Amino acid sequence: MKITEELVDYVSELSRLKLPEGEKAAMAAELEQIVDYMDVLNGLDTADVEPLSHVFPVKNVLRADEVQPSCDRDALLSGAPASDGEAFLVPRAVE
Amino acid sequence: MTWETVIGLETHVELATKTKIFCSCTTQFGGAPNTHCCPVCTGMPGALPVLNQQVVELAVKAGLALNCAITRSSRFDRKNYFYPDLPKAYQISQLYAPIARDGAVDIGEGKTIRIHEMHMEEDAGKLVHDPWLDQTRADYNRCGVPLIEIVTEPDFRSAEEVISYLEKLKETLQYLGVSDCKMQEGSLRCDVNLSVRPMGSQELGTRTEMKNLNSFKAISRAIQYEARRQIELIEEGKRVVQETRRWDENKDATYAMRSKENAQDYRYFPEPDIPPLELSEEYLERLRAQQPELAQAKRARYQADWGLPAYDTEMITSQKALADFFEAVVALGAAPKQAANWIMGEVLGALSAHGLEARDMALTPPTLARLIQLVMEGRLNRNTAVKVFEAVFETDGDVDEYVKAHGLEQVSDAGLVTQVVEQVLSANAKSVADYRAGKEKAFGFLVGQVMRALKGQASPAVVNRVLREKLQEHIEDPAIENSP
Repeated sequence: MKITEELVDYVSELSRLKLPEGEKAAMAAELEQIVDYMDVLNGLDTADVEPLSHVFPVKNVLRADEVQPSCDRDALLSGAPASDGEAFLVPRAVE
Repeated sequence: MTWETVIGLETHVELATKTKIFCSCTTQFGGAPNTHCCPVCTGMPGALPVLNQQVVELAVKAGLALNCAITRSSRFDRKNYFYPDLPKAYQISQLYAPIARDGAVDIGEGKTIRIHEMHMEEDAGKLVHDPWLDQTRADYNRCGVPLIEIVTEPDFRSAEEVISYLEKLKETLQYLGVSDCKMQEGSLRCDVNLSVRPMGSQELGTRTEMKNLNSFKAISRAIQYEARRQIELIEEGKRVVQETRRWDENKDATYAMRSKENAQDYRYFPEPDIPPLELSEEYLERLRAQQPELAQAKRARYQADWGLPAYDTEMITSQKALADFFEAVVALGAAPKQAANWIMGEVLGALSAHGLEARDMALTPPTLARLIQLVMEGRLNRNTAVKVFEAVFETDGDVDEYVKAHGLEQVSDAGLVTQVVEQVLSANAKSVADYRAGKEKAFGFLVGQVMRALKGQASPAVVNRVLREKLQEHIEDPAIENSP
């Protein structure tokens, strides 16, 4: 699959990443290599293979509906780039 | 040209669990910002979400009640989007194998709304934008609160049908105990997909989506506004643009959200942190057996077993707590119609005066049952009983104690009543003569005089009986006629 610079722009917009102009071509080439690998997989005959969503044979991992104490707020906020002691602060986001 | 409005709904319902969907933080409404949070619901690296079993149970119960096929092998998916209301940069939801599919809701008058699918997912946090500081404050208390999203087919043709469906949905989910459906707290909110087409056409027009409507009034007005807007556009020769629009309650209009937001590409993929859910037939059978009696069935039973009018049954089942209260009062021996009258009159009146819902009231069934019993036994008259009710309603006070303390027990002692009746008759010869002449009004006047003499505490039944008897005697006794 050909990864164009337009597609790189689209994916970076979706993931809110700003790529410097100079890196786009290199990024397109790298993404293409990754996506090309899917072609290798697509070459296999999977007609008799069930779709798989999880690798490990584990199911129904559930917990009881019992309240546990939440975390100390200061500790939660301590890793945030910005906070006002109560809330996480981020650049203004408007829909 | 005549136009037809076509509507489909996506309804988000907050589940009534104690904890969040993937962590053990409380789901309690309110709370200081970020105090109901942990590494899982704030999306810290390395945190492992674990599914709450109660979420699955409530979702299955809702699916069964909405006549859905429950997916025996269900999975979660990652919905990727970058917005600060979800700190993980994705929402754990269900796309490929939602918990329930293909349901149907009967909304009355022969109309059925098909349910396309129902899935489980997590709620997002609350953002408060500060235009002055050019900042957004993020509070993740609500982040991770469990939701079910119920998606209908485009089966609605009017705002009225939408409201009927939502009322039915709300009633059903409340009866199931799946959700409290408090719209003012955001426990039930709707996205409305709407398009218009010429009447008779089978093709769907271009639709718009209106997001997060959280009152019946807003939903109804937004639908009416948006349908008219689309019809006007088409009649002017313009076309409807597929977009997300926001309803502005204050301006009574919808407006387009930034078109950039419409470039929605969530890149769904299977959620690796949550292993698949395999539901056994035994599990589903157990939940099926636990399904409570829903409002519609209760209404039918009240009519069939107790002969209550349809109107009464509607009123009583309007809140599950009220129906439960009613049944408990009847189980304690009250006559169903008596209990119904008290609940529709005094109980609903007091609830509305205090701004309460039935589930929040202090009054207990034994208190009302006792009050009804005292009236039935002729020991309290109805008007006095209402006063007692008002006195005990707020704190579930002791009826007998109150009656005793205020000397309210009514006079059923026929001897005392007879004595008073005789006094009243001798003092009101004119009324006695009027009654004899066939004026029934005079009887009412005499009842009033007797009641007054007994300070309103006499049993009306006893007063009526004694008075009729005595008046009859007087008619047969001409001596009275000549007395002054």
